[in-house]
Amino acid sequence: MDDRQRQEYWRRNLRLMGILLFFWALVSFGAGILFVDALNSVSFMGYPLGFWFAQQGSIIVFVILIGIYVWRMDKLDAEYGIDEYDSEVHHP
Amino acid sequence: MSDIQLWTLIFAVLTFSLYIVVAYRSRVSDTAGFYVAGGGIPAPANGAAIAADWMSAASFISLAGIVAFAGNGYGGSVYLMGWTGGYVLLALLLAPYLRKFGKYTIPDFVGDRYNETARMVAVVAAIVVSFVYVAGQMAGVGVVFTRFLGVSTTWGVIIGMAIVFFYAVLGGMKGITWTQVTQYTVLIIAYLIPAVAVSSKVTGVALPQIGFGKILDELNGLQADLGLASYTEAFTKTSMANMILITAALMFGTAGLPHVIVRFYTAKSVRAARFSALWALFFIALLYTTAPSVAAFTKLNIINELGGTQGIPLADAPSWFTTWADVGLITQAGEAAAPISALPPDALITFNDVAINNDIIVLASPEIGGLPAPVVGLVAAGALAAALSTASGLLLVISSSVANDVYYKKINPQATEARQLLVGRIAMGGAILVAGYLGINPPGFVAQVVALAFGLAAASFFPVLVLGIFWKGCTAKGAMWGMIVGLVTTFAYMIWTIPIYGGSEGILDIPPTGIGTIGMLINFAVTFAVSKVTEKPSAAMQELVEEIRYPGRTELVEAHLHGEDLH
Repeated sequence: MDDRQRQEYWRRNLRLMGILLFFWALVSFGAGILFVDALNSVSFMGYPLGFWFAQQGSIIVFVILIGIYVWRMDKLDAEYGIDEYDSEVHHP
Repeated sequence: MSDIQLWTLIFAVLTFSLYIVVAYRSRVSDTAGFYVAGGGIPAPANGAAIAADWMSAASFISLAGIVAFAGNGYGGSVYLMGWTGGYVLLALLLAPYLRKFGKYTIPDFVGDRYNETARMVAVVAAIVVSFVYVAGQMAGVGVVFTRFLGVSTTWGVIIGMAIVFFYAVLGGMKGITWTQVTQYTVLIIAYLIPAVAVSSKVTGVALPQIGFGKILDELNGLQADLGLASYTEAFTKTSMANMILITAALMFGTAGLPHVIVRFYTAKSVRAARFSALWALFFIALLYTTAPSVAAFTKLNIINELGGTQGIPLADAPSWFTTWADVGLITQAGEAAAPISALPPDALITFNDVAINNDIIVLASPEIGGLPAPVVGLVAAGALAAALSTASGLLLVISSSVANDVYYKKINPQATEARQLLVGRIAMGGAILVAGYLGINPPGFVAQVVALAFGLAAASFFPVLVLGIFWKGCTAKGAMWGMIVGLVTTFAYMIWTIPIYGGSEGILDIPPTGIGTIGMLINFAVTFAVSKVTEKPSAAMQELVEEIRYPGRTELVEAHLHGEDLH
């Protein structure tokens, strides 16, 4: 990678991170706490929706968010020709 | 010997033998193997090991009870979201970059990125946090042995110490990792079987995460009849502001705990580090989405078995009730917590008249749900697996901090590989003895401090790690003052407000468990301000920080790993 490609790679990484962290905060602090009363008036599989987000939904979304991150970063690495993982010699 | 004792003994012996066999097959002979398993653990296995390391005796035994009783349902969500949400931060902000940076420990990163003073601050913080935690785990092992096998706490702890000593000293990180994979398997099976059985029995739906939704109306109704606040309604126990502060402290603390972060060094590559985080949270989520359903099902069963609003005469109380009342974990409600045996046998009791210890929800849920003795024995073995796996991970942090960061880096940089390994093993042995002593004679404040350790980690490590990676201009002085000010303000506020020391009201009603979030913000602000007015890091250091952002082989990272000083 030359300098310009590096900057581009990093910018795209930061954007992906920003989007995922927005949803991270939205489901936990948002749906689970700030808007919980409003969401609780909706029923979802027997759960009040806000309560579901606080005890089930947020955790499920967290797993999905990391899944998306891993998947998108793999694609990004492939696009920039990074495939030398196995040659990462890290422990002298 | 009762049926339950017999089955507990069978499962304990079986699982312990399994751990020993696994550990013997993965013994090591070099420092890279001892500290980070040679950086050669596949992602799913690493994920399972992280999950076992992370989920302690507290997660396995206490979590469901805390949600059901202490949090009255919704209030317990801080732990559910806090202890899982931290992994999103770990995966996105720390794991890939720390893996690229290489080396063995958190103090290694802090020392190499900043300076030697900062390294020593990090060593002390890592050792203190780990010892506090490990004492709790050893005590947990003792509790399970006492309750289920009737041996004394002392012997329970000694047996636990012997097992951990065998596989941790022999196998180091490699032995610990493969044993933790086995322990995760045991603990998740032990957690899911009773949960699925109870959910099927009560609702006819096998998946507890679905069955959970079907009983909430009934549970809310029962609680209303008993004059209790609704199980699903928000902010009956904790205000909105405090829910946010506590959840954030637990999340950022999770991302700053040394024994969790160190696990990403054991991954094969940057890509494997990302996948390890995914697998880890997936495995943790299996238990963390089940725990709140266990909480609700068990609370419903307990209220019903105690006769709902009418109550039942004490003489007709179910057998689990008398068993746990005999050991003092069910008492009369109220400040005095008078024993149940002080009541006449014809006294009428309801759920409101008794206080049930958080810890027995999981341990007693098979009995309360009417499941057979082998299931109870399995749950006991699962609790042991949870306690032992966390203890061994923490002991490794202590051992590597002493042997790598203090002995090799400070005292004897010429030490040979064999010599370092010996020091590592001796440090491990010493740490196990101290942990065992603390487990048998737990200091009164351990329980409080474990919950507070997250706030301390959030206020000290998290900002320094994140800024070290994402801001090239972050200086050594900035990081050092940030850590010190964040840690001191948080610690002082905790001492001031926790009941056994200060017991003060604090400021704005902020609880000691939530102050870590404020401490973290202070740390960020101080680090930023001091970095702005102190000399920039060297050009080589800035280039190194630049390089850890890209996976694959890069020259400076390589040079750094071979010991070149880039300050």
